[in-house]
Amino acid sequence: MLYREAGQFKASYQEDAQIFPIRQDRIGFFALMAVVFLVVPFAASEYWLQAILIPVLIFSLAALGLNILTGYAGQLSLGSAAFMAVGAFATYNFMLRIDGIPFLVAMLLGGLCAAGVGILFGLPSLRIKGFYLAVATLAAQFFIVWALVKFPWFSNYSSSGVISAQTVNIFGYAFVTPQAKYLLTLAIVTVLALAAKNMVRSTTGRKWMAVRDMDVAAEVIGIRLMRTKLQAFAVSSFYCGVAGALYAYTYLGTVEPEGFNLDLSFKILFMIIIGGVGSILGSFLGSAFIVLLPIFLNVVLHSAVGAALPAGFGSSLELMIFGALIIFFLIVEPHGMARLWQIGKEKLRLWPFPH
Amino acid sequence: MMMNEVAQTESAAAGGRRIGDVILDLQNISLSFGGVKALTNISFNVREHEIRAIIGPNGAGKSSMLNVINGVYHPQEGRIVFHGEERKEMEPYMAASQNIARTFQNIALFKGMSVLDNIMTGRHMKMNCGLLSHVLYWGKAQREEIEHRKKVEEVIDFLEIQSIRKTPVGRLPYGLQKRVELARALAAEPSLLLLDEPMAGMNVEEKQDMCRFILDVNDQFGTTIVLIEHDMGVVMDISDRVVVLDYGKKIGDGTPDEVKSNPEVIAAYLGTAH
Repeated sequence: MLYREAGQFKASYQEDAQIFPIRQDRIGFFALMAVVFLVVPFAASEYWLQAILIPVLIFSLAALGLNILTGYAGQLSLGSAAFMAVGAFATYNFMLRIDGIPFLVAMLLGGLCAAGVGILFGLPSLRIKGFYLAVATLAAQFFIVWALVKFPWFSNYSSSGVISAQTVNIFGYAFVTPQAKYLLTLAIVTVLALAAKNMVRSTTGRKWMAVRDMDVAAEVIGIRLMRTKLQAFAVSSFYCGVAGALYAYTYLGTVEPEGFNLDLSFKILFMIIIGGVGSILGSFLGSAFIVLLPIFLNVVLHSAVGAALPAGFGSSLELMIFGALIIFFLIVEPHGMARLWQIGKEKLRLWPFPH
Repeated sequence: MMMNEVAQTESAAAGGRRIGDVILDLQNISLSFGGVKALTNISFNVREHEIRAIIGPNGAGKSSMLNVINGVYHPQEGRIVFHGEERKEMEPYMAASQNIARTFQNIALFKGMSVLDNIMTGRHMKMNCGLLSHVLYWGKAQREEIEHRKKVEEVIDFLEIQSIRKTPVGRLPYGLQKRVELARALAAEPSLLLLDEPMAGMNVEEKQDMCRFILDVNDQFGTTIVLIEHDMGVVMDISDRVVVLDYGKKIGDGTPDEVKSNPEVIAAYLGTAH
């Protein structure tokens, strides 16, 4: 009964076009922001910050990137992890080779490198669609990882190809504690998520969706398919690239090219399928779900049957549950958890009345 | 009854508009796909502010004709002169920038988007902000969005679809989807509007509404309209001139009365009362 929009009239188009047109949603959003920025860094343990919250945020950003490309612009891609690798290694090299470059600048440049590579590997989308495009983007996945291993310059001739991220310094403050890293990641992800929302609610996003839904009609309206598709590839890869940089700099600290393999690309794809294709919120839900599920299963299994299980049972069970969930979502709710959330809100508007 | 009503609307409309000069001239258009000849040596013209109908049996090449006009198909032979300019190497993008809009025979709306977003997309040619200002959604980008929203709301009012503006188009019934598609085309403020079977599959009431909208668009905005339609009652009532195609060839051209009495047209398409 708290969730009613009665009495909230929009007197201007500006009010009507807000991100959260319903007041309760706005309050909820700002409350959530206050909690994640002001309460969580001090309340959460180091383990939670470093092993759960930071990866959830970083994968949300990568999923957001893929969602822009696949969910909004309708171009399937299996190269997300490779674009993350480009972002991570480019940022590393900018930090290494340009003296005194601020981390944020290096990260942006890393993202732009990923965008450039994304455009290059997006070129097949001009001729092929759907499943065939997904296979074509596999080329990016394999080629980029291969190139990063093959040319040791990228990893500064480290013998194993592993790079160690430099300490992040912003205005003389070193981000070394989990709290600081968490806040940095959170701030970047928040800004980029807001930017993504702004893009998808303006002409840029409408053009992407037009190309996704009916490319012939989009063309006749005057949307240039080539430009729109490549733009989506660029923006998507930029997001993945920044996510890759954060993956190296605020999450793992040391990364190697093989870490950005096809498994990671698939993981990001599963995130948007389970979270919600074509939804900003869905990217976050999917990422949280996929990072938390194994931890949750682990805890449940251990408390239920203790140490009596054979080794490897837990991880196998996890894969089986993943598979089952993906099939479940594809059949029952192709729009994922984001749609479930939306349905829940619609029901809540009427509750406790049935209609 | 329907025809009478439409005829009345038409006579009222005819008072308000004046048919002007030729704006679109198609000369000797031939189009083939491999060995299949879709259009053979077709010439006709469209005058400013008129309603021009293209009729003919299935497979006669009517939709191909529209696709030639807005650049989806490229004819192997012939010239297209639009507003005095000959167009070569046409792309759909160029047709859109020359203010040609169209609707499709099978509804081609953007299914995942709301009615409002569909119509807003129709206006994108008139919007100038780039990606970076959209990222900020502040100042110029926001002002532009709101300014165009006002125009879109005018189209929504005109076509009487206020109540569904936030509905995803996939949930709408067929007749309304057709109307939203017309709204998306109108949002571009076209000077030439191509309608591919705007009334196909509609019931009598929906057809009446659609006729009214077409005549109003023509009358109030002075939009030139080229339409394909199979309902002969409608075609003969609302159009100024009719061109008849059969097997990719032109077999008749003229006012509805002339076409109706053309023996070739009767044989190929209209048929006789037995």
